[in-house]
Amino acid sequence: MSKKTLVEATINGETVEFLCEPRQSLLETLRDVLELTGSKEGCLTGDCGACTVLVDGRPVCSCLMLGVEAQGKNIVTVEGLAINGVLHVLQNKFLEHAALQCGICTPGFLISAKSLLDRNPKPTEHEVRYALAGNLCRCTGYDKIVKAVLDAAADIRSQGEGKAAAR
Amino acid sequence: MHAITYEAPTTLDQAVSILKTHGENARPFCGGTDIIIQLRAGVRRTEHLVDVKKIKELQTLSFDAKKGLRLGAAVPCIEISESDVMRRHYPGLTEAAHLIGSLQIQNRASVGGNLCNGSPAADTTPALMALGARARIVGPNGEREVPVEAFVVSPGRTVLKPGELLVELLVPAPAPHSSDAYLRFIPRNEMDIAVVGVGAALTLDGDKVKAARIALGAVAPTPILASKAADALIGMKLDAAALEAAGRAASEACSPIDDMRGTAEFRLHIAAVLTRRVLSIAAERAKKN
Ligand SMILES: Cc1cc2nc3c(=O)[nH]c(=O)nc-3n(C[C@@H](O)[C@@H](O)[C@H](O)COP(=O)(O)OP(=O)(O)OC[C@H]3O[C@@H](n4cnc5c(N)ncnc54)[C@H](O)[C@@H]3O)c2cc1C
Ligand code: FES
Ligand code: FES
Repeated sequence: MSKKTLVEATINGETVEFLCEPRQSLLETLRDVLELTGSKEGCLTGDCGACTVLVDGRPVCSCLMLGVEAQGKNIVTVEGLAINGVLHVLQNKFLEHAALQCGICTPGFLISAKSLLDRNPKPTEHEVRYALAGNLCRCTGYDKIVKAVLDAAADIRSQGEGKAAAR
Repeated sequence: MHAITYEAPTTLDQAVSILKTHGENARPFCGGTDIIIQLRAGVRRTEHLVDVKKIKELQTLSFDAKKGLRLGAAVPCIEISESDVMRRHYPGLTEAAHLIGSLQIQNRASVGGNLCNGSPAADTTPALMALGARARIVGPNGEREVPVEAFVVSPGRTVLKPGELLVELLVPAPAPHSSDAYLRFIPRNEMDIAVVGVGAALTLDGDKVKAARIALGAVAPTPILASKAADALIGMKLDAAALEAAGRAASEACSPIDDMRGTAEFRLHIAAVLTRRVLSIAAERAKKN
């Protein structure tokens, strides 16, 4: 048994301190230590993207990052999308477009999609598919997911315009 | 995964001293996209991981028109594909970095790790070899430089000795009228390991070839330099006959195996096809420089 390390990180906007073993992945740490079970384990080899989280704004596979590496980082998981119980527009659009069936892939898709829209609020369909290429879904056939993301982008843009007009 | 310790030194001296203390039981750790999977699968063992990402020298990406490129070993692939300087001056190496995995992987995977992992199919290694890149290594006995083509010695093994780490890759400045290109064949559009990968760098003098380097991945136990194929192009016009000959010579330099991704025969064929194509792409780019 190796010793546990104290790690301090910002997770979904809150400063959190936790203990983890160096051999534990960030995914294990999130799920088993912090009880944030939204991020899913699919393959543990970086292929499926079900474990995707944002680290300093960039999507990474939390199964291929160590928990100890989270020290000083800003991490966003699917639990960080809804604010005070109000769903993120991407989550609403996934529901509206029935972009999920079993749902195991959904947290990863939501995080990858958020990362895209944070960077590029006007993506083409090709750009959406490219940004989601690291996420696998065995149920939906992807089309509904892509439509949900494009629709969410349109919504975010019109909200932005609304805000600009109100100013 | 078995128990390990983790340290994240911020200077080269500290890193070398930690690596030296633990000797064969320690390994540098960068983006983790190879090593975490290998430790979990039990195909590599180590007791101590030394995270190299906080060392400044390993995060450098700087270009000088005379001195060329210094690419820190820990720079993640995403930084390369998002860099205008890289796209402009080293489009082939940029293409290779851009091909690795998904965005999630590119945000973590480094070119240094791609090389140090020692896979015969690593995409950025042939691209670096084509450019004549050198690896700057630091260890308990000081510094040394190794040409990238001599870095990988057998599948998964490199020239690095216990205690040593790769600091940066030094790539010469592109000569006037020169450029590079990289292509790989995979059975699907994304997220697979190369069946064959070919990198080429060319310098033109009018319509004749002044200098050429061709390197191939996944066609031998280590990435290889196809020197005969490249040397035969010097002084030649890059016409159909020259491309055909270069493709054939590159294919002759290969010693591939049959595996689930392709037969040896298929690999030899694809090696020739991709060699012709990368040379044509590199030549088109070189004309504009
Ligand atoms: C889903 C997926 C898809 C992939 N697709 C591709 C692909 O298309 N093409 C491709 O080429 N690769 C691909 N890879 C592998 C690629 O991600 C790795 O080879 C990566 O580049 C390694 O870099 P890293 O920073 O993650 O290294 P790590 O995993 O941290 O380390 C890799 C090895 O290098 C050593 N090392 C790392 N840095 C140093 C250093 N500075 N000095 C000395 N030793 C060091 C480590 O000890 C370890 O042995 C893929 C991986 C995954 C998981
Ligand atoms: S569980 Fe991490 S990519 Fe599949
Ligand atoms: S909804 Fe089942 S895997 Fe995507």
